Amino acid sequence: MIAEFGLFLLIAGFLVACFQGFVGFPRRPTMTQAHAPEIIRSARVQFALIVGAFVCLTVLHATSDFSVVNVVENSHSAKPFVYKVTGVWGNHEGSMLLWTLILGAYGFALSFGDKTVLQSLTLRIQGMIAAAFLAFVLFTSNPFERVLPATADGRGLNPLLQDPGLAIHPPFLYLGYVGLSITFAFAVAGLLQGRIDGAWASRVRPWTLAAWVFLTIGIALGSWWAYYELGWGGFWAWDPVENASFMPWLAATAFLHSVRVVEKRDALKVWTVLLAILAFSLSLVGTFLVRSGIITSVHAFAVDPTRGVFILLILAAAIGGSLAVFAVQAPKLSSSARFDPISREGAILMNNVFLSTACATVFIGTFYSLFVDVLSGERLSVGAPYYNATFLPLMALMLLIMAPGAALGWKRGNLKPTLRRLLPAFAFSLVIAVIAAAIYWPKPVAAGLGAGLGIWAGAAAIAELARRTKLFSVSSNISWRRFVQLPRPFIGMTLAHIGVAILVIGCMGAGVWRNDVVALIEPGDVVSVGGYDAILTGVSRGQGPNYIYDRAAFEIQKNNTPKRTLTTERRFYPVRQMTTTEAGIWTMPAGDLYLTLGESVGDAWGVRAWYNPFALWLWIGSALIAIGGGVAALRPRTRHTKNTTRTSTSIKQTEPRPIETSLA
Amino acid sequence: MKKVLFIAPLIVFLGLVAYFALGLTRDPAAIPSVLIDKPVPTFDLPAVSNAHASLATTDLKGQVALVNVFASWCVACHIEHPTLMRLRDRNDFLLVGINWKDKPGAGAAWLARHGDPYARTGDDADGRIAIEFGVTGAPETFIVDREGRIRYRYAGAITDAIWENEIEPIVKRLQ
Repeated sequence: MIAEFGLFLLIAGFLVACFQGFVGFPRRPTMTQAHAPEIIRSARVQFALIVGAFVCLTVLHATSDFSVVNVVENSHSAKPFVYKVTGVWGNHEGSMLLWTLILGAYGFALSFGDKTVLQSLTLRIQGMIAAAFLAFVLFTSNPFERVLPATADGRGLNPLLQDPGLAIHPPFLYLGYVGLSITFAFAVAGLLQGRIDGAWASRVRPWTLAAWVFLTIGIALGSWWAYYELGWGGFWAWDPVENASFMPWLAATAFLHSVRVVEKRDALKVWTVLLAILAFSLSLVGTFLVRSGIITSVHAFAVDPTRGVFILLILAAAIGGSLAVFAVQAPKLSSSARFDPISREGAILMNNVFLSTACATVFIGTFYSLFVDVLSGERLSVGAPYYNATFLPLMALMLLIMAPGAALGWKRGNLKPTLRRLLPAFAFSLVIAVIAAAIYWPKPVAAGLGAGLGIWAGAAAIAELARRTKLFSVSSNISWRRFVQLPRPFIGMTLAHIGVAILVIGCMGAGVWRNDVVALIEPGDVVSVGGYDAILTGVSRGQGPNYIYDRAAFEIQKNNTPKRTLTTERRFYPVRQMTTTEAGIWTMPAGDLYLTLGESVGDAWGVRAWYNPFALWLWIGSALIAIGGGVAALRPRTRHTKNTTRTSTSIKQTEPRPIETSLA
Repeated sequence: MKKVLFIAPLIVFLGLVAYFALGLTRDPAAIPSVLIDKPVPTFDLPAVSNAHASLATTDLKGQVALVNVFASWCVACHIEHPTLMRLRDRNDFLLVGINWKDKPGAGAAWLARHGDPYARTGDDADGRIAIEFGVTGAPETFIVDREGRIRYRYAGAITDAIWENEIEPIVKRLQ
């Protein structure tokens, strides 16, 4: 009964979304305003209906209704209650329902915005996207399908997914992916109206920042989960599905930088709009990648060609449609603003070049194997060496220009005084780079250089903040007052840039400078790594709620003084016949001691121990980036109106323009 | 000239769609098994219960055989089961089952409830033989020729359509 009711709500939601997207269509897009009240109301009703459907599926999972296929395949009566609930989105059908739920939530939030043509057009486009995805759920991935007769018990949720980190990772990722649909809808609406200006930029920026913050948290959570749960000691594998979340992040990051130029200087419009389309397109491509099974990956849990074809159709309609609008409307956008190559705008343009090239290298790396397969039928995979050779140099260049670029003035900057100002920071980072390379010799010197670049970006950002608040040259009270009065985007940017610096150091430490040893040891034996000795004190077997575990206890010593004990587990889940690792991790500011337990041979146990320098910095850096984005989004809307009227775009203006601004 | 720049993203994208569409026709599950054209691994499995016949490598020689890996915990096995049941009375090939990682008695109980399509059913309780076959999940089916060599591997549930279009032609050819 609940399943049928849920399906009914879902169908109703689909119909309402169709109405929201297509009421009074086709007509001139600017006439959408006549239907604004209906569109706004549909956005709210649509959200309420999908919330209802989602609640139904949650109830089915929570009460273990084994007459529903989705519950049978992904749940088990012995599963802890929390994971019965999070199991709702731990599978293909449920996670697509979550996707539409979040899409509806964004539409709901947007429906309370100011009632402009831009807003109703944006909501209409949101309705179209929602209709497409609800159709996808209804026709290819119905979560409410029954199985008759009901089975006695379920297959159980994949034990890897029975983890708090992974339970909250997909919702954050989806909040990010789906949030970019708002940016996309704004871009298409602005193009249809022929108005991409400061007012447009200041409306779209907070939405994109929100989505970007969620995406940042989502990616970091996924990486953190992989770090402590998969037991391989790493945090990033350039897996196609990781890339799928990283590409929209790169595009959205580029967008957030260039949209500031649109907002402040009324330039880089065409490029910014293209980035907005690109960011959401890449999150659709990501969905296609994961859901179609086109590329095999540890994540590909719904290998089904019909779904792939359906998503490809959505992709073709959304991206093809928006790019067609772009091809027709973008040439009409014009900008009166011009800027020097050496200026904040110039630096942001450079940043965009680096970020989008980096995004392209990830894209090629992800799809190259498929490309080769299509052409020659050969199967291969692209791994870390490719990314080290292409992606990392681009990031190094970006780190190099990040701080001086952010310190340059708008329109016409002066490089010399800026660089002179940042000289102490540069000297400091150079020293650190040399020291780091020496300490970790014979690890690659490039890692020391990378850490130096991170320090450079961070130290220069702090130096710039100190200058703007006159730290140490005036009393701390006045400095504080100056700090509070700084524009929020500046504070947010500084925090995020410092976060990037910390993250880079974490990447160098846990990615390059780490050490690991593998040993077969009996209780009483020692395994040593990173200056720590881990003594195996014993292995005990026990029973968890739905698994059996072997738990190894270690006594950790440094310089023969006992420090603490650390345990690591291997868990066996009988329902899924799967084994998982619970790594024993001792997190310290300077690095993580990371132990995993392997198979036993007689009385001996396989043990792998890592020392991952600065691993904690990965998560602190990511958190700071997200916080920076949040701070930048909190900004109250600035006085734009004056600016807008002066430089507002006129669609009819067709006189020749200098190539650099029209391209930008 | 400038117009072209604005249409370029659309053109690049259309190229990508074509490429994805082509990519979709590739089946990533069709990872060629390393065992194709190799002899069946040597094994001798006990029967799932006293009422069933046991299964060993020697049983697979002399006629074309279909080795189907199934389990009572496997939902997709329910889907292919009716198709297998319709093949039960065919005598031009041998249909045998490997009961993969089931609790003692669970495989026999499952066959008692849903019908037994297999001439012989080996109980692979610890999954060791499935590993030798390179099984990635249940259900999975191997076609073994008269000489006891694996000639084809199908991962996933066999439906009537898949049987008619993909598997039966190979069985016919091997005869």
